[in-house]
Amino acid sequence: MYFQVHQPFRFRRYRFFDIGNDHYYYDDYSNETILQKVAEKCYLPANEMMLELIEKHQGKFRVAYSMSGIAVEQFKLYAPEVLESFKRLADTGHVEFLSETYSHSLASLKDGGEFERQVKAHRELMREHFGKAPKVFRNTELIYSDDIGARVAKMGYKAMLTEGAKHVLGWKSPNYLYCNALNPKLKLLLKNFKLSDDIAFRFSNKGWSEYPLTAEKYVEWLNRIPKKEEVVNLFLDYETFGEHQWKETGIFDFLKALPDMVFKHSPFTFSTPSEVADNLQVIAAANVPHAISWADEERDLTAWLGNEMQQEAFNKLYSLCDKVYSVEDPAIRQDYAYLQVSDHFYYMSTKFFSDGEVHSYFNPFDTPYEAFINYMNILGDFEIRLNAALKTHVDDQVARLSKIIQEKEDQLKRLEKQLAGKKPVRIASRKPSAAKVPIRAGGVEAGDAPQRKKAASTGTRKTGKKSNPAKKSPSGKKSSGK
Amino acid sequence: MFGWEFPPHISGGLGTACYGLTKGMASIPGLEILFVVPKTFGDEDQRIIRILGADNVSMDIRKIRHRKYLKDISFIEIDSSLVPYSSPEEYEKLVKKPQNKRKRFIETKTGGKFSFTGGYGKNLFEEIANYAIVAGEIALTQDFDIIHAHDWLTFPAGVAAKRASGKPLVIHVHATDFDRSGGNVNPGVFEIEKMGMNLADRIIAVSNLTRNTIIDKYGIDPARVETVYNAVDPIPDQEKLRLKRGITDKVVTFLGRVTIQKGPEYFIQAAYKVLQKMDNVRFVMAGSGELLEKMIHWTAALGISDRFHYTGFLRGDDVFRMFSISDVYVMPSVSEPFGISPLEAMQSNVPSIISYQSGVAEILKYAFKVDFWDVDAMADAIYGLLNYPALSNIFRKYGIQEVHDMKWENSGKKVYSIYKEFVQ
Repeated sequence: MYFQVHQPFRFRRYRFFDIGNDHYYYDDYSNETILQKVAEKCYLPANEMMLELIEKHQGKFRVAYSMSGIAVEQFKLYAPEVLESFKRLADTGHVEFLSETYSHSLASLKDGGEFERQVKAHRELMREHFGKAPKVFRNTELIYSDDIGARVAKMGYKAMLTEGAKHVLGWKSPNYLYCNALNPKLKLLLKNFKLSDDIAFRFSNKGWSEYPLTAEKYVEWLNRIPKKEEVVNLFLDYETFGEHQWKETGIFDFLKALPDMVFKHSPFTFSTPSEVADNLQVIAAANVPHAISWADEERDLTAWLGNEMQQEAFNKLYSLCDKVYSVEDPAIRQDYAYLQVSDHFYYMSTKFFSDGEVHSYFNPFDTPYEAFINYMNILGDFEIRLNAALKTHVDDQVARLSKIIQEKEDQLKRLEKQLAGKKPVRIASRKPSAAKVPIRAGGVEAGDAPQRKKAASTGTRKTGKKSNPAKKSPSGKKSSGK
Repeated sequence: MFGWEFPPHISGGLGTACYGLTKGMASIPGLEILFVVPKTFGDEDQRIIRILGADNVSMDIRKIRHRKYLKDISFIEIDSSLVPYSSPEEYEKLVKKPQNKRKRFIETKTGGKFSFTGGYGKNLFEEIANYAIVAGEIALTQDFDIIHAHDWLTFPAGVAAKRASGKPLVIHVHATDFDRSGGNVNPGVFEIEKMGMNLADRIIAVSNLTRNTIIDKYGIDPARVETVYNAVDPIPDQEKLRLKRGITDKVVTFLGRVTIQKGPEYFIQAAYKVLQKMDNVRFVMAGSGELLEKMIHWTAALGISDRFHYTGFLRGDDVFRMFSISDVYVMPSVSEPFGISPLEAMQSNVPSIISYQSGVAEILKYAFKVDFWDVDAMADAIYGLLNYPALSNIFRKYGIQEVHDMKWENSGKKVYSIYKEFVQ
């Protein structure tokens, strides 16, 4: 069983007249209240139960988590006790934490460089908090394609999780270990979406023919799976416990009873994704030329990139990538990370017109159009800031370089004059020239030359940087204030 | 069917809606419509339905005085200087002339015919009463199965026809006085509306918004009120109606009567906000009405007159010409029972911003919806539609399809199914 833990930084209502005037984008109030609510209803009680179950079954019950960097940041800000309780789970040694993108982003679909940066940042974060660098990768929304898999393999991961999408598997069962079509070293764990969604989506649905779902019934279903099939991958949003399915639905009781039932009445055991990847034999390669995900009926990307608004926002966002990384500005980097969270694109989906209450349930905006305008307004402001930062950055560079050029030219002139003055002597010695220049050049640059020479070898960078921000920052402000 | 106006002689949405509906019903086999208006001009489209002018019906006045069906409409003798639903021009004239108190008397022209203006003038209540008298007479002489009356002006006529013939009455509420007056209801109009609703066998509302008003404000049993949404006719020749654009600036348009109901002041506030951020945009207020002068003064006071233009009242093809040079259409109505104009804008490929306080907001997906009072959101939507092409492209691409699917035939079928409940 693997659980996804993620909460986005939600944006506040950001009107166009805020562009250039107000650079704060976040709705602190709702971020804090939502996180604390979910912590109280889901993360804390669910973690406690997991810990109990692991202790009770002496390590035979095992689970895995994938936690976005954005979620970790929010825990630090609003609910540090949640992070602590995850650490306690990690300390049991029976819980695996997976790699993902730091921002819970869709970067894998657009910008390989940014994708790798985020994966590395996330890996460091996991190492820092849970003591181990993950070996198994899970992409945002279980997005996967052959190319993404190959890239992940290259980054040193041994396995990756994705959806057992019907249109990819065809008649094949998700209950085996597969591998990447381009690089067979990367093993693939495919979600059993039927059994996963029974818990995640249908558990409390009274209109469902199988309602109510009990641990007995569930284990009976597990037992019906053909004997030769090897693994059942249950991938769920962690918020299923207590948030999507409220406590009153009995979801915690179900979870509590499940391991006992499994151990007593079925041949199944619990493993972490790493163990599955290590212990099972790959049965075949999965061919996924077009990206899949775990969303909606279609298991494709249309929930995030299905319409023109989403595509425009997405393309615009990643067109800024190079600029973002050419300036050293932590605030800009941070906002860029938060802008990439996949949820923002989900809010712009027009799919809810036909499908899925799920879409509207998670959406703080009344319509996808509002979500889009809000996002584009923020992106507009972000771009202004970015360009201003880039300008100061470029100005610095230009100033520094032109100074060097100037010095080289001075030096050249000097040397030429030296040559002109001492034609017969081929090897010019420095001392006489240095003495000569002040006299010949006279006027403007005379006194400057020796000092500059010093600067060229040691302190150019420093002086350039120090003098310029002081000069440039007022102009930077001016342009962003317009 | 009793109506007050019929194209091309219309002052607003009522005539257009009646025309569309009757056209939509014309294709239903076995259904024949006689459309009665106070006055015919001779240039109405009679290809699909028969139109009868009340001014052409001969009456025997002595007989009329003894007709029983008139007893319920005697209260129409109300003196009022405040005439709702007045067209802008007539209103102008009205408010400038002090009104004399006058009592109703039945006045006929030669051949026992009433004269009607068919407008919304100062003798409106008198005309409504006379219209009802003629309606009763028509009901006695014509052969029909059901009576259908459009809006309060014809409710007395519908009731009179029902009394005279005993046939079932369906009334169609295109607007209530709560919508028109912005809450400041004219008691005389309210009385007529309520009387019509009480005596009707079925009430058709043009939106759930209106249906709720009927249930809440007029105390009508919800079971008797049904919603039938309006639709829109396809534009015949769009190319012909295209205006050459003389400016490179973007154009944002308000089109409608400049009255409290339509929320023109919110449009101006939003325009002011957008103009703080953009200079390549112009705003147009097309229409006239009692608030027009105030609005002109106000835009001047805000210092945006150079970017804010007034066209006066637009009619017929001019509406589509205006749309052809617009980039965004805004309908900030405070209370709009339905609102056909955003559909016309969408047909002309103009993305629309509409208020949640409009009936059409209940059925449109590809329009931007805001609360009429939320000027920030409205300004943001205007800015977004002008600056983020993906949004306006989506609205254009899917909006035109969405409007295309709103056919008067569907509304007509629904009305017909209501008839069928009463007529075998």
